[in-house]
Amino acid sequence: MQRKYAGRTGADINNRAIFGAMCAAFAVYSAAVYTSGTDVPRLEPISDEARAGQLVFQKYNCIACHQFYGLGGYMGPDLTNVISNRGPALARAFIASGTATMPNLHLDDDEINALIAYLTFVDGTGRYPPENYEVKWYGTVSQADDPQ
Amino acid sequence: MNDTAGSLIGVRFMRLGLLALAAGMLFGVIGGFQFLFPDFLRELLFTKTRPLHVSLVIAWIFLGAIGGIYLHLPRRCGLQLASARAATLHYWTFLVTGLVILACYLGGRFGGREYLEYPAILSVPIFLSWILFGANYFNTLRRCREPWPVYYWMWGTGIVFFLITFTEAYLWLVPFFRDNMVREIIVQWKSYGALTGSWNMLVYGTAIFVASRISEDPGVARSKLAYSLFFLGLFNLMFGWAHHTYLVPSATWIRTFAYAVSMTELLILGKILWDWRASLEEYQVHKYCNAYRFLFAADIWVFVNLVLALVISVPAFNLVTHGTHVTVAHAMGSTIGINTMILLGSVFYVIREELPQSVHASCSRYVAAGYWMANLSLAVFFAALIVAGLGRGLYSGPAFQDMMQSIRPALMVFSVSGITLMLGLWIVIWHAFRLLGLVLARNAVVAQPEAA
Repeated sequence: MQRKYAGRTGADINNRAIFGAMCAAFAVYSAAVYTSGTDVPRLEPISDEARAGQLVFQKYNCIACHQFYGLGGYMGPDLTNVISNRGPALARAFIASGTATMPNLHLDDDEINALIAYLTFVDGTGRYPPENYEVKWYGTVSQADDPQ
Repeated sequence: MNDTAGSLIGVRFMRLGLLALAAGMLFGVIGGFQFLFPDFLRELLFTKTRPLHVSLVIAWIFLGAIGGIYLHLPRRCGLQLASARAATLHYWTFLVTGLVILACYLGGRFGGREYLEYPAILSVPIFLSWILFGANYFNTLRRCREPWPVYYWMWGTGIVFFLITFTEAYLWLVPFFRDNMVREIIVQWKSYGALTGSWNMLVYGTAIFVASRISEDPGVARSKLAYSLFFLGLFNLMFGWAHHTYLVPSATWIRTFAYAVSMTELLILGKILWDWRASLEEYQVHKYCNAYRFLFAADIWVFVNLVLALVISVPAFNLVTHGTHVTVAHAMGSTIGINTMILLGSVFYVIREELPQSVHASCSRYVAAGYWMANLSLAVFFAALIVAGLGRGLYSGPAFQDMMQSIRPALMVFSVSGITLMLGLWIVIWHAFRLLGLVLARNAVVAQPEAA
């Protein structure tokens, strides 16, 4: 027989206490992720042009086919390091003319410049797939790009 | 008979959800073929078909779960919804906003980010509709004078955390997040992981509700194991998202912690459903034939997905599977194999309860045919995606198109099985939609409070 407190059982009150404690832990954890967990001091500040390029990337829904850090659609290649791997000129040509599998979305010059600036900014955030990493004996992976 | 407007709105949500699923499957099949033949339906680019597919299928999950809650809650408590008008307003807000979003996608008007690609302003009515839903839910629940079974906790948590994580998904609008690419992407996937967790709360809560009703054993939803599942699920919702971002350069503690959290909730859910099925008598299995078979399928898919989830949660394996079709297999296995099967179980449970005199409400051979067609196709579909994903993950050459060519046979199997999967589910959807229409035509539902 469970004890009742104003219509609620002891188990109900315990559940509420556990729930409240978990919510508090979640708030602390989220704050840590927002700050120290993702604080990358070596990152270059984003320029206005790159910021505009981010909106162009969203406007044409490029993520439906492409990825950053492996996150996105799989119809096209990952673009995290497309600038350092293929060069801005080739990236510009692909965007301006399309390919056999990628449509020409008819971006104007300002949009293309902004997009190249954004891809250059993304390129500076790290390497994907990771090149310098270590697999620990218990299965986790540490990368050279991780914030220390 | 019980309240009509309040509970019947749940049936309307379910029917709208079934339509969304049917349309979402169609766009998925089109998108699958565009993978193979990029010129296929060139007017409807993959940049449109993918968000159309994803949004409609996610809409089905929300509509099916919300419909079930609106319907199950007052029927079970024997109370009318706190506000039938608010529920109706919720329905129309969802429908109108959804249609505007579909129009944006078809017209190529984007502006958001992956999975929420519509212009950000449309998130406002979505958010407000969930406030309405939450207020209605908790106000209805307030009048139930009894300790909460676990599904009340799960539904309430799903609603609250939807609001929190949906807000978090829009933090990219704040410069502090947007200007740091790593922070932005990590917070984006943190929110998506928890958003998925929030709809899993709604769906798994529905699974436990239906299981407890079919077995006529309220203890299923009041056992210590059931509450353990809930808190483990909540723990995963809050902290278990980072397997999506193992390879994004972030603090090591984030991924190590997520690795430790893993996906234990599926294991516990599987155990509950397994125990529940073992306790069923032949009469109950026969009586709730359709609901039972869909929950049975969900149980199998829970275990299949559990194995895959555990593998991709190990960072060393994640190095190979991340950014490949293995992730898609995991997503499809979860949304179709688990969520859709549970929600179809909920739909057929309602149909059986409301139309006991109809032979089609119990064991229709058409529904059985659709069920087997969908599940066998899903098994092939799932396997093809894993093969394609491993092919992509293990490919070491420099040319993207060469890699795509090497996995083309697997993608072909994936696309063809996608068609049979769609046809199988369409058969089920047609019968469910028609029978729910009969429930609506009666303009009343039956109140069935839980036995003490």
